[in-house]
Amino acid sequence: MGLENVIAEALPEVLTTRLDSLINWARKSSLWPATFGLACCAIEMMNATSSRNDLARFGSEVFRASPRQADVMIVSGRVARKMAPVLRRIYDQMPEPKWVISMGACATSGGVFDNYAIVQGVDKIVPVDVYIPGCPPRPEMLIHAVMMLQEKVMKESVRDRRDVLEAEARDAVVPGTLPVTDGSTTTQQHALPESRPYTVASKHERRRSS
Amino acid sequence: MESDPVKSEVSAESTPSSEQTPSPLVAAFQREHPDWVKNVIEDRGEITIIVPTEHIVAVCSFLKSWPETRFDFLSDLCGADRGVEEEPRFEVNYHLFSTTKYHRWRLKVLLNEENVHVASVTGVWRTANWHERETYDLFGVIFDNHPDLRRILLPEDWQGHALRKDFPLRGYEPYSLK
Repeated sequence: MGLENVIAEALPEVLTTRLDSLINWARKSSLWPATFGLACCAIEMMNATSSRNDLARFGSEVFRASPRQADVMIVSGRVARKMAPVLRRIYDQMPEPKWVISMGACATSGGVFDNYAIVQGVDKIVPVDVYIPGCPPRPEMLIHAVMMLQEKVMKESVRDRRDVLEAEARDAVVPGTLPVTDGSTTTQQHALPESRPYTVASKHERRRSS
Repeated sequence: MESDPVKSEVSAESTPSSEQTPSPLVAAFQREHPDWVKNVIEDRGEITIIVPTEHIVAVCSFLKSWPETRFDFLSDLCGADRGVEEEPRFEVNYHLFSTTKYHRWRLKVLLNEENVHVASVTGVWRTANWHERETYDLFGVIFDNHPDLRRILLPEDWQGHALRKDFPLRGYEPYSLK
């Protein structure tokens, strides 16, 4: 990691692309996921490394119990709000380069848990590289996601730093994302509309009913 | 023609009333402490006793040590929100069980929205500690004299109490760590 930055800066531009392909080939051949099971998708994630499905064929079978030794975080299941800071900390503890696979409907969009307790998509907390649909996805789909991630890794450059890219993305206003408030809306707790005392229509709900 | 007396008999049985207490144990308890019992509901073999809020600790410690009942196990303690328009709005349920006599009672305390305070029963059963924390966390019921009344399920920085009927299902604002 340190070495390739030095080499990339020391050598002329022309050589960088060849170095990229060599380093990317090394990176994609041994993607080590972090052992991080959140819900029922984790059962399928474990199954993906079993003898029947054998994720080791693609160099990604070494699940590491420490984020310091992992390249890929597989978010396997719904993320509770209480879990969200923990997940972000584990992501921050992973060294560069690192990638995230959002496994299943709940991690991707909240799934059937459209309520206060579940984060509506893990991409509100960490940047996601590959999304997998399904409830839960089969192990073959996870293997496919790893293969897609390998393709993506091959297109990257050693000069791309995830923290820099993420800082740019954080500042940019991305269309379609939910607005972020300063927390002042929580004071509206006692000023609820009279007509519907039990619910407050969210943006989703208004869109659905129309 | 024949169904009329049957019907009236059934309806008379199922109507809750403080006068009619088929269970001799409840009647004995009521004789012992008449001011501790606001109402008794017996339905489908389940006994529910509505207790005045100020007496709940005395009732619990008495029922635990009374030789007739011996409720040495608090199998559950939970809250309930009967609805924003209800008065009293909140209730706290104590589910008692005896491991020697194998019977169950339910005690109920009714709380107004302005004063959601009830005395803690952690001094009677130590297991009430986490149950009362959960009830405080989700309903906002304050248990006086609780040794450690913190949130237990929701995050520490949570605003509001999630199982109240006026808490919106999706929360107040979309979550983001940004």
